[in-house]
Amino acid sequence: MEHDAPSLSRVQRPLAEVVIEALLRLAAMVSVVTTAAIVLTLGLESAAFFSEVAPADFLFDTEWTPLFAQQHFGIWPLVCGTLLTSFIAMMVAVPFGLLAAIQMSEFSSPRVRFWLKPSVEVLAGVPTVVYGYVALIFVTPVLQQVMPSIGAFNALAPGLVMGLMIMPTVASLSEDAIRAVPVSLREASLGLGVGRVSTIVRVVLPSAFSGIAASVILGTSRAVGETMIVAIAAGQQPRLTLDPTVPIATMTAFIVQVSMGDTPQGTLEYKSIYVVGAALFVMTFVMNWVSYKLSRRYRRLT
Amino acid sequence: MIAMRRRSVPVGEIVFRALCLGAVVVPLVALVALLVAVIAEGVGRLDADFVMRFPSRIASAAGILPALAGSIALVLLTMLIAVPVAVGSALYLEEYGNRGRFAGVIEVNITNLAGVPSVIYGLLGLEIFVRFLALRQSLIAGALTLSLLVMPVIITASRESIRTVPNALREAALGMGATRWSMVRGVVLPMAAPGMITGSILALSRAFGESAPLIIVGAATFITFLPNGVMSSYSTLPIQIFNWVSRPHEAFQTNAAAGIVVLLAAVLCLNAVAVLVRHRLQRRRN
Repeated sequence: MEHDAPSLSRVQRPLAEVVIEALLRLAAMVSVVTTAAIVLTLGLESAAFFSEVAPADFLFDTEWTPLFAQQHFGIWPLVCGTLLTSFIAMMVAVPFGLLAAIQMSEFSSPRVRFWLKPSVEVLAGVPTVVYGYVALIFVTPVLQQVMPSIGAFNALAPGLVMGLMIMPTVASLSEDAIRAVPVSLREASLGLGVGRVSTIVRVVLPSAFSGIAASVILGTSRAVGETMIVAIAAGQQPRLTLDPTVPIATMTAFIVQVSMGDTPQGTLEYKSIYVVGAALFVMTFVMNWVSYKLSRRYRRLT
Repeated sequence: MIAMRRRSVPVGEIVFRALCLGAVVVPLVALVALLVAVIAEGVGRLDADFVMRFPSRIASAAGILPALAGSIALVLLTMLIAVPVAVGSALYLEEYGNRGRFAGVIEVNITNLAGVPSVIYGLLGLEIFVRFLALRQSLIAGALTLSLLVMPVIITASRESIRTVPNALREAALGMGATRWSMVRGVVLPMAAPGMITGSILALSRAFGESAPLIIVGAATFITFLPNGVMSSYSTLPIQIFNWVSRPHEAFQTNAAAGIVVLLAAVLCLNAVAVLVRHRLQRRRN
């Protein structure tokens, strides 16, 4: 008799309630369907690509020339271009971001923080096409005065501008991690007579390590996925080089380059943007996942 | 020994603090200086004609009207699709499926989607909306693609604001005999609305400035008419700017700078409004 009560109340639930819950559930399902569709789309088109191009060519050929008569499909020139620009960006974003995070969490008054965070948030909305313009029209000419041999398109200018763009992300997430370090640890260190800088470098930063690492990895992932800055300012010439002064192409820039032209579905060029997209997805997915796990770790400790 | 070390510490600390302060000030000043330089470059070219004219092969006669109209139509359509779905999704996760495994799976997916590069959304849109659903290079195909892209932003902001609604209010409503939905509609939605609006404005601003996925789903770079329906082909302001930047001719790059002034004005205002709305919300809560 007793267990009849809940089932009775379920029967009495108005139909509208049931319909609304089902609709909301459906809305929530969209995220799952989107992820599945991304994996499926990239997977199927990549499979079609590999039915025409040997995986060994993809992995070991050193040239990427799908748009030339003599087609080569070695992914490394694009990966190399992507890693080069991302590395330059992180060389800017990590030191500046980390020091800025220390400034914000350890040395800034609440008043400064009160104004700084929102201003940075507003600036974070600057569209990437604007950064691309800045890299091409302003930064490259300045670099040319310092090193005349640098090309009108190069990896250095977009890399530097990208670093400027990503720095707030690294700073903000690192600050959260540093702030999560218990005050008692700082006080214990200071109480032992350790200086303020040593306390930060030897006690606070190591304690915040997983959170800082998470911010750096997430920043790298964003650099790898960034598109317009490199499409505009890096040139679109895939080449296997670590020289930051010559034109290169990144994975994202190649996808844009092909999309600018009229590439019919079913051609090898069309499939090639999906195989590059799949490689890009795997790279960013792994980085995001590691970053997520690391940030969860420090959240659990605090 | 100890006294000596003590005396040497302040010097190190001063240097260190100067470095930290520099790390905040230098990038901020550099960024603002670069933006001011773009604006200075473009503002002279900006006049009523520039906003009201169509693109042209002649740089000095070209304008951004179709691109601007396309951008506005596109982001409105995007919001129309993304906001209801994202808010519904947030309500489900917070008010209905709270502890279930299904909710956990969805959470993992949202976290993942928030980090997927925008070009990947473009590839998805090209395959599903442009080809499979045969929507071609239309406004609606672009809007659907952007909707998927901005949804995680709205979902996350909405969930945060739903969580700030005190449980006592929910229990009071349910205790007085309200059904779950009438409780959600009467209590949770009104209280969480400002946070949802903030998230939606941020998403709108992001959609307005986005270009890479739209290039992939076929927004055109040269359009000489205004969008006249959801199946219309279209251009957007960022894509018009990209097109002008890519040309070697200097006059077109001045056009690009003028276009950027309009784009920045729109996007930075939207972001400022979003930050202000949230700020007032936080103050009210405190």
